[in-house]
Formats: sequence, C-alpha cells, structure tokens
Amino acid sequence: MGLLDQRFENGNVFITTADNLLNWARLSSMWPMQFGLACCAIEMMATGASHYDLDRFGIFFRGTPRQADVMIVAGTVTLKMASRIKTLYDQMAEPRYVLSMGSCSNCGGPYWEHGYHVLKGVDRIVPVDVYVPGCPPRPEALMEGLMKLQEKIRNESLVQRPSPLATAKTA
Amino acid sequence: MTPREIADLLAAAFGQSVLESKTEGVPNPWAAVAPDRVRDAAFFLRDDGRLQFDSLMCLTGMDHGGGTLGVVYHLDSTTLGHKFVLKVKVPAADPRVPSVEAVWKVANWLEREAYDMVGVVFDGHPDLRRILLPDDWEGFPLRKDYRVPEFYNGMKVPY
Amino acid sequence: MLTEFGQVLVFFLLGTVFVAAGLAFAWLIRPHRPYPSKLSTYECGEEPVGDSRIRFNIRFYVVTLIFLIFDVEVVFLFPWATVYKQLGWFAFVEMLVFLGILFVGYAYVWRKGDLDWDRPVPVLPRYEKGVGVREEHLAEEELSLP
Repeated sequence: MGLLDQRFENGNVFITTADNLLNWARLSSMWPMQFGLACCAIEMMATGASHYDLDRFGIFFRGTPRQADVMIVAGTVTLKMASRIKTLYDQMAEPRYVLSMGSCSNCGGPYWEHGYHVLKGVDRIVPVDVYVPGCPPRPEALMEGLMKLQEKIRNESLVQRPSPLATAKTA
Repeated sequence: MTPREIADLLAAAFGQSVLESKTEGVPNPWAAVAPDRVRDAAFFLRDDGRLQFDSLMCLTGMDHGGGTLGVVYHLDSTTLGHKFVLKVKVPAADPRVPSVEAVWKVANWLEREAYDMVGVVFDGHPDLRRILLPDDWEGFPLRKDYRVPEFYNGMKVPY
Repeated sequence: MLTEFGQVLVFFLLGTVFVAAGLAFAWLIRPHRPYPSKLSTYECGEEPVGDSRIRFNIRFYVVTLIFLIFDVEVVFLFPWATVYKQLGWFAFVEMLVFLGILFVGYAYVWRKGDLDWDRPVPVLPRYEKGVGVREEHLAEEELSLP
C-alpha cells in the first residue's frame, strides 16, 4: 500500500495541494490501452489522428495494459471476447478507468434483442466510469467523454472514499 | 456451358444420386445430390475438362425446418466462366455430409462455420471444431429451434 | 578545492540521489493493490501458455561478443587520443600497430561470416492449374532457417 494512498480520514490544505498536483498529473496524461473491437475503433482512430488530435491532451495509445491508465472499450463486446476484457482490465495498474464508447459496449447496441453472442454492455464485467453514446460516436463526442473523465479525475482525492475498485479484490 | 448442360452432365455421371435440378427461371441454377455422393460429385465437377469448377465461392449450412438440414455449395469456374449451385439435404437427427475439403481447400473453414452455426457434421474433415463461437458454447444458433441461453460463464446473455 | 576524482564522486552521488528520489516519491503516492489476476502474466488476455524462457538464435550472442571486443578497443583509443599529440610519432605508430592487430581479427570475423545477417528465404507453394485434371495440392515446404 502506498504511504499516502487513501490513508487519510479527512482533508487539510496539504492534502488539497497534493490532490491538485496528482490529479492534474493524472488527467493530463491519460494513456489509453487501445481496445478497438469493431466500428467504434475506426472513430477512435480518427479521433487520435491529426484532424481531431488526441495527443494534444497528452493521450496516446499504449499496446499493453501494464502501461495504460484508461481502457476505451470501443466496439461490440462478444461473449468470447468478454473473458479477455476482464483479464486485461485486471492486468491494468491502478489508477485505472474504463470509458465505454458506442452503444454496443454501453448496452449491447443494435444487437440487444437478437444477439445471442453479444454481451449487453461491458459494464456487466468491468466497472465503467464514462459512457459515450453514439453508433459510432463522432470524434467530438469521444473527446467530450474524455473531458468528462478528466473532470472525474479532477475531483478525486487522497482522502478515503468508498472505492468501486474494492470489488475487484474478489476477482 | 449453359446450366442445363451442366445439370445434364451431372445427371449422366451420377444417375440416381442426382435427385433434382432446376436451371430455368432461377437466378442460381442448382442441382440436388444425395449426401453420400457429394464428394464424388465435387471431384467430378472440379476435374472434368468441360466443367472445371475450380473455385468454391461459398458453402452455407441451412436449416430447412421440419427436421431437415442442408448444405448449399456455390461453385464457380474461373477458367470457363460459368457458375453452378450444388445442394444437399440431410435429416437433423443424423446430419452427416462428406467433407469436400480435399477438393477445395477453402472448404476447411467454410465447413467449420457450417458446423458451428447449424451443426452439420462433415465426415473426413481434418479439424472440425467451432470457428466463430467460443469452444465451449452449447447449441447451434442458426437452427430454427434455437433458444438463447440464460447465462454463459457467469455472464447474463439476454438484455 | 576537490580533486578530479572528488568531482566524479559528487557527480555519481547526485545521480544516485536523483534516481532514488524519483523512485521513492513514486512509491509514496502510487496505489498498491495486488491480487492474483492482476499479477498474472500478460498474454493479450488469454491464459498464458508455454515457458517465458524461449530459445533464440545464436547469431545474437555472436554479434554481441564481437561488439564487446571492438567496443573495448575504442575505450582504449579514448585516453590515447587526448595525449598522443604530446607523445609524438612513437605513440602514433604504436597505436597503429595495436589497431593493425585488431584489424586482422576484424578481417577474420568478416571472412568467417559472423557479420552476415542471414534471413530465411521463403519457399512459395507451387500448384498447377491444368486444363480439366489437377493434382492434389503439393505439400508446402517449411521455411528454411539457418
């Protein structure tokens, strides 16, 4: 356990400053693990390309979960892939976040009714922080989702809070 | 060659095994063959000098309902430029069809897909296992009487 | 006021402190919540199969060894290069003799083929499309690796 990580019961000015510093550092360099599964991956690539540049936010894609902060689940999550997604999410190092991109990973998308092989929403297997609706979402929508995630990180704190990651211990 | 001539050649070579054929008024002229002669018919169609069907464009597993499964082969000749369709019907209780993997290598994966989706078992296939669904999936989804499972490996499947 | 070696020591200590401070600060603030699934070996989401210690081609070892030898030769060149002007012709000729001996070794290594980087030649499968009758697919030969 890190010495400063979630050891404090209530805050003080030192914690606030440290919080600001850590949160600023974390949100300015969110490194996604590239997880393009289907058509949303094309839009994710378009967002990362030069027209809607993501690199100006400090976001560039890493190939391995060990070096990634955020997992952008872009595309249809089949049941065959779901076990791999769970393993890869487990192998990410904290602090880690999940951004569900597109309607297939939000709720099963167009396959919600007859898709026998589709997992209806990636939040059935991993805790999701931000949902970006769309089929596929435009690059601007994905960027807004990433901005919302930045807002969420900005509001984090070293002070103890009930963590949704605590459920991961039972994995 | 016209589709009528192809069907006649097939009937001349296999006699009683060619059950039915329809070559006029349909966009895809076809002939139906008895299941046990499928491989021989495939070799004939590929190797005969007048036919030369060297390309299996598509292999589809079918559920015709009423306890009958089927396989449809779409053949094409790149040298002579004609197309033809071969159909096979088997009972759902014992859906075994000889594999044409020795004739056209592409049938390796196409037959795996037909097995995965409809459950047709291809005799003589070197590696018949599921290709699209996970290996431990139960059931054949494209059959008419398929029911979506409630759970798969702890994940709820329906919406 | 410090000797030459004293300055090097200060440089070394500062470098160590720089690295240690960075690692210590990171250890202070990072979360540490290990559990078995997180610690498992990464294999693109699948169950890891096989040993992580794989056999690799011996050519990497040979190239490393050759590099090491000539790198040490260059290390010997550096102090000579700083003072050879004062030492005159004698030092120059002596270094030429040293380089000549090592050049013989270089020529040997070159001639022996240890500097070549052989790549496997792919063998493409061949099949004939005769008129009417075709043979069975000929067996694909395996890629040849040296």
